Amino acid sequence: MKKILVVESKLYLRDWPAMLFSIVLPVALLLVLGSIPGLAEPDPNLAGQRVVDTHLPAMMILLSLLTLACTVLPAYLTGYREQGVLRRMSTTPVHPGLLLAAQLVINVVIGIGTSALVVLLGRVVLNASPPRQPFGFVLVLLLGTAALMALGLVIASVARSGKAAPGIGSAVMFPLMFVAGMWFPREVMPEALRTVGDYSVAGPFAQALRDTWAGGWPQPLHLAVMAAGLLVFGGLAVRLFRWE
Amino acid sequence: MKVIEVRNLRKRYHRHVAVEDVSFEVAEGEIFGVLGPNGAGKTTTVECVAGLRVPDSGTVRVAGHDPHRERDGLRRVLGVQLQSAALPDKIKVWEALDLYASFYPGCADWSELMERVGLGAVRDTAFAKLSGGQRQRLSVALALVGRPRVAVLDELTTGLDPQARRDTWELVEQVRDSGVTIVLVTHFMEEADRLCDRIALIDRGRVVATDTPAGLIARVDGKQRLRFRPSAPVDDEVLLALPEVREVTRSGEQLTVSGTGNLAQAVTLALARHQIIPADLRIEQASLDDAFLALTGRKLS
Repeated sequence: MKKILVVESKLYLRDWPAMLFSIVLPVALLLVLGSIPGLAEPDPNLAGQRVVDTHLPAMMILLSLLTLACTVLPAYLTGYREQGVLRRMSTTPVHPGLLLAAQLVINVVIGIGTSALVVLLGRVVLNASPPRQPFGFVLVLLLGTAALMALGLVIASVARSGKAAPGIGSAVMFPLMFVAGMWFPREVMPEALRTVGDYSVAGPFAQALRDTWAGGWPQPLHLAVMAAGLLVFGGLAVRLFRWE
Repeated sequence: MKVIEVRNLRKRYHRHVAVEDVSFEVAEGEIFGVLGPNGAGKTTTVECVAGLRVPDSGTVRVAGHDPHRERDGLRRVLGVQLQSAALPDKIKVWEALDLYASFYPGCADWSELMERVGLGAVRDTAFAKLSGGQRQRLSVALALVGRPRVAVLDELTTGLDPQARRDTWELVEQVRDSGVTIVLVTHFMEEADRLCDRIALIDRGRVVATDTPAGLIARVDGKQRLRFRPSAPVDDEVLLALPEVREVTRSGEQLTVSGTGNLAQAVTLALARHQIIPADLRIEQASLDDAFLALTGRKLS
């Protein structure tokens, strides 16, 4: 298992587009948008919070994790299935499930690592506060990451070819980013859209990140939706995933 | 000793019957060929042997293991090289060998294996940048890295240029000499003829015949043809008087003599008696293609 992890990590590090979109882009956006003077002022739309306080960093964490879960992970897994890598492995004493596990571990580590980078650089460069409810924040981050990765496995299961995976992934990812408030913060959304967002897994994830960042606890509804997402997507992935 | 036994194997996909009824045995230490045209059921057969598919009926044993029920036991004795590319594009040669070696307990020294298959010079090259021949050699190396007793090689040389093909054939012979039993799946007559000790001819999901290459060829009418340019004029009657000769035809200076039995020797001796030398002598014999045609009424390729 250790060797699979090492090799898969090296392959990821050689894959610069994946690194660019999952690590560099969210961090760079945080720093660039965070340096726009107007965004560092209290915003009446955000109940007096500054955009850099909770909204921007939460969105960048979501961007990184959605990219990993909806595009990077499915692209690797469908590619491995299509090229026969999984099948080739099933002729050895090691089950290809270990390769899938290694992919999950790598994507989770990169997502969490990027999140840590967002927190750290926000503090150091933008003078934004780190999450004020760290325990709740970590809990939300882990639960949300797990739910999104399970969603990624479902995408990898339904995509019949390596070429179909990025299309399906984007078709899932952009609406999720939208309802989670990537372009319009939750506070300025129409009521109906906010309700849709509350049940979209990505929406509760983003809001729960923001709530814990501000020092509060996440809403039980948001935790419940994320947990339900993890169970439903996880169950679907187990039923639908094909090794060849 | 039998390493592989396949009895009345049958496998259907939906309505399409891929393997109708296949039986054969592979002896320890031989190169056993599974030869047939595309779509004959060769790959499905070896996939059942490799435990990648579950047969609808029939039995398969590999070194005593049922491939479906005793997967772990099977995977320790059987190495498989699959038809298509099966590695991530960016993995380097040494990484692939190192990784696959780690899948087998107490496994072979892969660097020695890497040199043996001639990939030492490209150890740091990514899989996607390897030539077709190099990929196939890596694929063979991965099938051998767990020190299997039996290696299944599926369509090993398809798509390779003639030189790479010859190199790969030499590699297969070396592997057999190291004591590994080989099951070679191919639709390529010349390959089967050159490498295999015995061949199962498969057509439309059935074994048509199992024999040595020479044995299969001997089943067809043993007609042969000699072509040559005689160094001096030769009378047809001289040749037609030989019991082995059936027909003599001429085209320009060239003579074509067809017949059976020990034709080449009989004709050259008769010519020698008349102090005639056959220049540009060519002998045409029946091939596995002819054997396949005679046994199935269809062409192999």
